[in-house]
Parts: sequence; structure tokens; C-alpha cells
Amino acid sequence: MAETAPLICRDIHKTFDQLEVLKGISLETKKGDVVSLIGSSGSGKSTFLRCINMLETPTSGDIIVHGDPIRFTTNRKGERIPADNKQVELIRARLSMVFQSFNLWSHMTVLENIIEAPVHVLKVPKKEAIERAEAYLNKVGIYERKDYYPAQMSGGQQQRAAIARALAMEPEVMLFDEPTSALDPELVGEVLRVMQNLAEEGRTMIVVTHEMSFARDVSSQVLFLHQGVIEEQGTPDKVFDNPDSERMRQFLAPNF
Amino acid sequence: MIDLKGYGPALLDGAVVTIELALLSLALSLTLGLIGASAKLSRSRVAIGIATTYTTLIRGVPDLVMMLLFYYGGQVAVNNLSDYLYDAYGVDFFFQFDPFIAGVLTIGLIFGAYMAETFRGAFLAVDSGQIEAARAYGFSRWRTFHRIILPQMLRHALPGLGNNWQVLLKTTALVSIIGLTDMVRVAEEAAKAERMPFHFFIPVAFVYLSLTAISELFIKWLTKRANVGVVQGS
Repeated sequence: MAETAPLICRDIHKTFDQLEVLKGISLETKKGDVVSLIGSSGSGKSTFLRCINMLETPTSGDIIVHGDPIRFTTNRKGERIPADNKQVELIRARLSMVFQSFNLWSHMTVLENIIEAPVHVLKVPKKEAIERAEAYLNKVGIYERKDYYPAQMSGGQQQRAAIARALAMEPEVMLFDEPTSALDPELVGEVLRVMQNLAEEGRTMIVVTHEMSFARDVSSQVLFLHQGVIEEQGTPDKVFDNPDSERMRQFLAPNF
Repeated sequence: MIDLKGYGPALLDGAVVTIELALLSLALSLTLGLIGASAKLSRSRVAIGIATTYTTLIRGVPDLVMMLLFYYGGQVAVNNLSDYLYDAYGVDFFFQFDPFIAGVLTIGLIFGAYMAETFRGAFLAVDSGQIEAARAYGFSRWRTFHRIILPQMLRHALPGLGNNWQVLLKTTALVSIIGLTDMVRVAEEAAKAERMPFHFFIPVAFVYLSLTAISELFIKWLTKRANVGVVQGS
């Protein structure tokens, strides 16, 4: 029997006021997939990622997390809203997100940041949450910084702490929103290495990125978005070396 | 020691009244302030309208006028209500509007408006990414508020809160005008009877000064705690 897909998105549309940002994006993942979303700014790749965990509510389309479809209803103004906020909270807890600007909670130490959601949202006993957090801090290589506050660390260390925070949820899927775009060039490598290790461990990841070498070497699936539609989709070999779309070729041209 | 001519215990009682009045008013004003700020930041036009009317009205009327309005007007309102209830439903209800209650209500209401503005600014100063991260990790709205927003807005709100508190504490002196026997009232009577204004008002000034000095230390300590995790520019 086939395993339940960790995440399925069907025909996602998103309109802000009059502007249609997503014009029907679908994505199906298998366990252990690493999906890279690439495309120029304004192509809708970040919006799509934010629709997956409902930070934006898609105007239409379905999101199914491990067989559990998010339920929607319509409010008085005719806008689509989640039918059950509790369900959305539970689903978000299974899709942890890593942000471009880290967004570690600044009034908590690294360790407190990592145990916060496991203890309060997943109701993991505190002692167990701390053990788990320490193991993940070791994995991302900043165990010795566990009692630091975010502002006392470099961007690369903060982003690795944010990845540990995401891992501590033991999520179904990890969502990365341009995780290296806010980093100094010399700090990009340490974060990409951590992400590559996660990919090799078989974690399901969806990564919005401008790092073409990461997309090419690490992903199992690449989606090239342009003006809210998928222009090109497939394995990295196909998308990078033998694209069907003229736009994809233009997009890649400056890299050669 | 200064000879307080036997007014010492009464002055002390008055000081206790002043402190009680100040703390109760503070509690009321913080509550009203949080409600007012939430209303102003909400998406409901009605809530925004009510909160804006409240802050505009309160901040535009002198504290003393407001207090007289509440003390005399409040009693008239209670009397009318009680007459109406008795005539209409036969309910025998009466409520004596004493100066202490009028004082707490007035000062709480006035400073609630200032607190609302302080809280609103502090809330807006919290980085939206911090709130978004909480939502993305499955926090409920309440948990987001009390685990993330409240501790972070406190660091922005404290300087304003400290300021409001000190002004509030000093505003309690006005309540002596509507007849509450607080420290100022006792001193005034003693000064008149003994014809020694300096003798009685200087100790009162000193008590206010000590209260504000102690509060200042407390606020400093709170600020230090609230700013944990912030790297200060040297």
C-alpha cells in the first residue's frame, strides 16, 4: 500500500484585492521529498509557501496534510476563511516554518525558543522537550549557544537555531522561506550544509530559494514559478539541463 | 523629629488612603488601557469609534472638572437610576457614591486613556515577524498574546507606564477637594487649625517624593527584566 502523502496542494489560487498572485498551483509530495521553489521576485513562490501553512488563506484550492484536508467556510463578506481555527493550529504544528529573517523570539534564549512550541502547543513534558532540543542543537552545531539570546548570535547561528526550533516539532513537512537570503555571503554555507544533512536524513522539505546550486544538488523536485503559474516542473536534471520553457532558460541564463 | 501636634496618626492614615487610591486607580487604568488599545487596534469600526471617543474626550477635559462631574454627577445618576428602578420595578436600590469610589473611577478612567495610547504604541512596536512565527508554530491567539506580544510590548511600554504612574500618583491629591480624607486633606486641616502650612505640607511633599522615588527604582528593575535579550548600544 502506498504511504500517505505528507502534503498535497491542489489548484491553489490566491488573490490580493484585485491582484491574482497564484493562478492554480498544485504540488504532490512523497515522504522524503525535497521540493525547491524557484523563480524571480513576485513570481508567487513565497505566497504559495505561506498558503501551505495558512499564514495566507488561499482564495481557492485544497491543502491536504497527511490525509487531513483543511476545512474552509465563507464569512459574511464572502471571503474564504478556515472553518476551524483549532484545526489550522494543529496543522501548523505539523508544518514547521523557517523564515527569511529567522524570527526567533527575541525575549527568550535559544533553548527557550526551541522548547516553547513543543511544551505549550504539543504538550511534550518539559524535561523531554529539553532533551530533544539539546539533541537538535547538537545536530545544527550550536549546542554551546543554547543559553544565548538571539541578538547575541550571528545570522547564521540564528538561522541554525531557527532550524532546530523547526526540527523540535518533529514535523511532517518543513517549510523554508528563503532561509539564506538575509545572511552575509560567508554565512550561507553553514546553513545550507545543515539543510543538506536534513535532506539526506529523508526529511520532507519545501524550500523557497535563490540558491540554484542547492536546488540542483539537493532537491528531488524543482518547481519554477512565473507570474503565479508553474512554468517548469520536474527533477533538477530536467529543469536545469533540459527545460521546456523559454522563461526557465532566460531565468537560468545569468547563472551561466 | 518634627512635632506633628498629634496629627501624626491621621496623616499616616491619610498616606495609606493615598496609596490605596493610587494602586486601585492604577489597576483600573491598566485594565481600561489594555481594552482601549485592543479596541483601537481591532478591525471593528464600532470598537475603534468608541475607544477613540473615549481617549479624545478624557484627554481633552481637565482632571478636576472630570472629578467634580463624577462625584456630583455620579450621585445624581445613581439617584435617578434608583428612583426609576423603584417606580418601575419596585426594586429598592441605593448606592452611596463616596469620594473614594468617585476618586478611583475618575483617576482610573482618566489614566486608562493615557495607558491606552501607551499600550497601542508599544503593541505597534512589536516586530510582526515575532507574531507570525508564533502563528506558524500553532499558537492560539491568546497564547500568542501572553507568551510573545505581552512580554515584548512591555519593554516598549514601560517608560510610558512609569511616567503615567508618577503623574497618577500625584493626581490623587485632587481627591481631597471632593472631601476624601487623604494625606493632603489631613494636612490642609491641620495647617489651617495650627496656622502652620510649612509644618504640615512639607512632610506631605516628602511622602510623595519618597513614593515616586521608590516607584522609580521599581520601574528601573522592571525595565531591566523586560529588556532581557536586547543588546544595548554602548
